[in-house]
Amino acid sequence: MSLLEVDDVVVQFGGVTAVNHASFAAHAGRITGLIGPNGAGKTTCFNVISGLQRPTRGKVRFDGRGVTRLPVHRRSKRGMGRTFQRLEAFGSLSVRENVRVAFDIHRGPIGWIRPSSADVDALLERVGIASYAGERADSIPTGTARLLELARCLAGQPKLLLLDEPSSGLDETETDAFGELLQELAAEGRAILMVEHDMDLVMGVCDDIHVLDFGSVIASGPPSLIRSDPAVQQAYLGYSDVEDAADSADSADSADDPATVTQVLPVVHEEVR
Amino acid sequence: MTTFLAFTVFGLFSGAAYAIAASGLVLTYTTTRVFNIAHGALGMVMSFVFWDFSVRQGLPTWLALVLVLLVVAPATGWLLQRFVTRGLGEGPVSVALVVTVGLLVGCIGFATQIWPPEARSVLPFFPTTSFEVGGVIITGHQLLTIVLSAATALGLYLLLNRTRIGTAMRASVDNPELLRLFGGKPDTAAALSWAIGVALAALAGVLLVSQVGLDYYALTLLVINAYAAAMLGRLKSLPMTFAGAMALGLATSYASGYLPTDGLLNSVRNVIPALFLFLVIVLMPQAQLRIGQVKGIVSAPLPSMTKSVGWGAALLLVVALLAGSFADSDLLLVGTAATYAMVMLSLVLLTGYGGHVSLAQLTFAGVGALAYAKLDEPNLYGLALSALIAAGVGALVALPVLRLTGLYLALSTMAFAYLMDKMVFQAEFAFGFNGTLPAERMSVLGTSITSTGGYVMLMAVFFVLTALALLLLRRGPVGRLLIAMRDSPAACGTLGLDLRWFRVALFGLSAGMAGLAGALYAGLRQTIGAADFQFFNSLPLLLLAVVFGVTSVTGATLGGIGLMLLPVMQSDHPGIAGLIFAVIGFGAVAAGRDPNGLANQLFRVGRLAETRLLPQVRERLPRLPERGEVDAPAEAVVPGLADQRPDSRPDSRKVPAHVAP
Repeated sequence: MSLLEVDDVVVQFGGVTAVNHASFAAHAGRITGLIGPNGAGKTTCFNVISGLQRPTRGKVRFDGRGVTRLPVHRRSKRGMGRTFQRLEAFGSLSVRENVRVAFDIHRGPIGWIRPSSADVDALLERVGIASYAGERADSIPTGTARLLELARCLAGQPKLLLLDEPSSGLDETETDAFGELLQELAAEGRAILMVEHDMDLVMGVCDDIHVLDFGSVIASGPPSLIRSDPAVQQAYLGYSDVEDAADSADSADSADDPATVTQVLPVVHEEVR
Repeated sequence: MTTFLAFTVFGLFSGAAYAIAASGLVLTYTTTRVFNIAHGALGMVMSFVFWDFSVRQGLPTWLALVLVLLVVAPATGWLLQRFVTRGLGEGPVSVALVVTVGLLVGCIGFATQIWPPEARSVLPFFPTTSFEVGGVIITGHQLLTIVLSAATALGLYLLLNRTRIGTAMRASVDNPELLRLFGGKPDTAAALSWAIGVALAALAGVLLVSQVGLDYYALTLLVINAYAAAMLGRLKSLPMTFAGAMALGLATSYASGYLPTDGLLNSVRNVIPALFLFLVIVLMPQAQLRIGQVKGIVSAPLPSMTKSVGWGAALLLVVALLAGSFADSDLLLVGTAATYAMVMLSLVLLTGYGGHVSLAQLTFAGVGALAYAKLDEPNLYGLALSALIAAGVGALVALPVLRLTGLYLALSTMAFAYLMDKMVFQAEFAFGFNGTLPAERMSVLGTSITSTGGYVMLMAVFFVLTALALLLLRRGPVGRLLIAMRDSPAACGTLGLDLRWFRVALFGLSAGMAGLAGALYAGLRQTIGAADFQFFNSLPLLLLAVVFGVTSVTGATLGGIGLMLLPVMQSDHPGIAGLIFAVIGFGAVAAGRDPNGLANQLFRVGRLAETRLLPQVRERLPRLPERGEVDAPAEAVVPGLADQRPDSRPDSRKVPAHVAP
């Protein structure tokens, strides 16, 4: 049985449909990739799953129970963890303190008595950012900050990891190491759902892939099938080869990129500070 | 029936004026994301300018009107956007709030300075024209107001939907960067919206002034009505804003006509807008967590505990010396400073660490004082209970707005403070109308402290203890969580923190600290009344806390002394009373972006002394065991402290590690 089921989810912002009847699943012990062109609704899907965005229609089931109306923090308690495409590190705390906060939240006031330093250091070691431990989180490189977000998530021992473009900002060697880390994490029994533009990484580590285009799932299956799917090639702007498309998507991928921004825009519009 | 119609006409007239003001507020907010608390204050200043032109200088009314509405007000708005509020919308909400509160206080100071208090009046427009409809008289002025409000609605609709710049204005709220990318000019749109916004505030002020009178405060606070109306439209929808304004105008008018003139219900009539605002905020739908990093968050300095204790002891010594040498009247001032400093400590927790703004901190102190006087238990038990009651009230204020964040929380504290001031504190069961209550000085563990010197010393001890507790809190898990919540609420949520209850607890704790200060103050003064805790005084309190540094205990101490000196200076030099206010207000506008405030400059000097002078002094001393050799083992004894050492963080080098309590 799948750990996470997204069932017929629709998200509308005013007249714009960001997610259009999307259904997909993620399984324990497997890495699931969520790919698609910019603006396809991937991050919006993540927001729906983690509870930051209420869907217009549809359901999210996690660990056998419906969580569609559950607040963000309760989903986390049930075992969801996520990272953000636009970094959400605690900028004025050190890298080590960032992870300590995660432990503090996870363990609750009674757990504060138990010192967490050793656990924190072990976790920083594991994701490979121990050398940054003392630095302020807003002063470290983007790739490192993404790993920090992953470490922070892992402190809560999640069953499901939602990783939003985790490898952007990492160089090739780092990406390889990161791929291995992901496979280790999955082998320990976690479900990993990952939005990612690096097609080498996606094709290399994912067990299942779902392709989103204009908010709809247009293809699902193992990497070998996705690679040759004509609908997927069409979605990547007529490129005959998915990997070429991914390269172009990668280079266009930045916060100022209009397509990315339009995808995030309606969220900004709705929020109330 | 005729009376009913008369009240309806009056309600529609005031509703129309509120609608004009509220639509200006919505326009500036939607375009620039800055909620202008000073909207009413700007309208007030513009009404004074109008009076100056038309009455004092004797210009024709139409010319004065044209000058104010089409020249002075838009120019003011344009300048404000250019030099004051630009970029504020992308920063933390607390900064924008503090800056606009500063603007409000600055406007009041400015008006008081330029136009000192005297009897002034402005005639309504068309004073001789009136119409009779169904036995009810509608004055020309009332009709004009209603027509102008409809014209405003139409004009704004056309501007926003039918013009290029209007589209840019609607777009720039979502993403100014994107707008720039597509060739739009977000700055022009922002400046235009502020120009129009202030012009609308001026129009509302000029229309209301003949009714309300030229008063620094009445017109400024009338804007609460505008907030309330704008809130109904969730600061977005102009039609809802107009509907809200009309409903509010009618409700206020009917209340003044039909509510009984005695008892609690009588006081309700003054607070209908605040009640309305509170209700609307409570009924607002759930806010979504903000994703995306907030720009311009400043981290608070964190002193070492040894230094904190040292400075605390030094402060106690100074107070002890003062207590021995000062006359009682001067000691009362020292005690007042200690009270304000303690209230500001509660703001260090709430604003400096937590990033929330409260405009009711003095009201919470009042709750503590009221509880202390009513309990009549002048001992530690009564003190603790008073603080607890204040904490409970603080949590209750935060509770209904649990689902909302930042701005709405701050506005609900403002509504709460207004309600308490006008309704509860003045009620029979509290201080009574213009009344006071006696309060006894407390005894500590059986020893009663009756002398003013001893009592002031006791207050200083409480201040130092609270400050140390606060610093301990900041170093521990709670402090880390507070900073984390301020830096990224969305990440805290996805990590499993229930932000809502955490926020309620934070508000409660902060209100409790203020309540403790209030209870001690009651004992100090021995008589206490509503006048000591006026709603408006929470604003300069907040501003001074920010100017002196709302992130440090040093800032709170200096701010407390500053606020205590304020009335002293005003009574010593009545000629510049307004100027002092203006300096504080505009000072906060200038300093609002750096909540570390003046205290930070002090730290900088201290750091300089430490890095430049200390080594020189040390060189000349005979060589003793190095400091490091002594310090290092001492720190290893405390587990988990090593990683919080200020020196281990790159930024803290900018902020030296010592803070005087």
